[in-house]
Amino acid sequence: MKIFHYIVFSLIAAALISLPCGQTVYGLSDAYKNNVYNPGDLKPKDSVLKVKVGSRAPDFTLKAVSGEKVSLKQFRGKKKVVISFVPAAWTPVCSDQWPGYNIVKDIFDQHNAILLGITVDNIPTLFSWTNQMGDLWFPVLSDFWPHGKIAGSYGVLRADGTSERALFIIDEKGIIRYIDVHDINKRPPFEDIVRELEKLK
Amino acid sequence: MKKRIRFFMAAIMAVLMFSAAASAAGMPPAVGGQLPDMKIAMPKDSGDKGYLGLSFGFGSFRIPQIRAKVVIVEIFSMYCPYCQKEAPIVNQLYARIEQNPALKGKIKMMGIGAGNSLYEVETFKKRYNVPFPLLPDGDYVIHRQLGEVRTPYFIGVKINPDGSHQVIYSKLGAFEGVDQFLSTIIRLSGLQ
Repeated sequence: MKIFHYIVFSLIAAALISLPCGQTVYGLSDAYKNNVYNPGDLKPKDSVLKVKVGSRAPDFTLKAVSGEKVSLKQFRGKKKVVISFVPAAWTPVCSDQWPGYNIVKDIFDQHNAILLGITVDNIPTLFSWTNQMGDLWFPVLSDFWPHGKIAGSYGVLRADGTSERALFIIDEKGIIRYIDVHDINKRPPFEDIVRELEKLK
Repeated sequence: MKKRIRFFMAAIMAVLMFSAAASAAGMPPAVGGQLPDMKIAMPKDSGDKGYLGLSFGFGSFRIPQIRAKVVIVEIFSMYCPYCQKEAPIVNQLYARIEQNPALKGKIKMMGIGAGNSLYEVETFKKRYNVPFPLLPDGDYVIHRQLGEVRTPYFIGVKINPDGSHQVIYSKLGAFEGVDQFLSTIIRLSGLQ
């Protein structure tokens, strides 16, 4: 009977030890000091997509932090558009996402693509937050009012009013060619974007 | 029967406690202490392998295996604005070491990209022309072992002839100046 106990014990131990740690690592850069709010682990996805690959991307016009208004249609026939929705300013993973995109403008240029960063925050909040990232080369757009209207039209507005961490790649004809509604707790690897842009060359 | 249930309850509790301890983040390395047992994936680049003195290794390595008297480890991320800003200064540190015959070969440098894939560390390396090895830690395994330090974080490790090692420097943030930082490392390691 003792052997039976040991076997069961070992099985339980092996199963538990092999569980993923489940710990999400947040706000790594010292650039944010202690100013990043940690909401803990969130439900990975909390919305239902309203668009699909192959469909026309819903148009929008939003105000950028720089003051200009940016419309999706202004890139029609000219550039591919990578839209990066991030959930909210001053949150952990988001703060560690766009600064990486900031050092790869050349890769976007090589693929004739522009990046548009969108959150549901208002302009003053986005101004303060993105100031910590250095000078961003891409427009950061506010989808604040009507709250999350654009995120809603793509189907990436979560029940709590934040957006998903989502990437959309739209070709020069305005057609959606790639969608990644990522686990909100994790940053999509940059190579995913590059791989999809390569496919559209 | 009751005895058996008690036994299982105790077993489950013990395992839960053990797994919680195992998954918890470590502490940042303390000066005077040792590094956690970090297994780092072997560099793919033969130049990086040669520089670190790991030419015949495969799989993974540990920092005390590096052929050097002192190793300076930078915990960084492609996504960290301070690391980006600091990159040219860290490159200068490497150049100072390599240009000094008394230090070249004795002090080696390497970076670990916390949460960065191989593609991401290579992107950072290319963008800033980083001349020393940058290695990925895509799943934050090493970062967790190092107490989830913010970035950039610098660790100086002295490697003794018998293969033992000590942490001689462990600090968050940009260093004040290349020469000052290098002098500190030399002094703390007793190299000169």
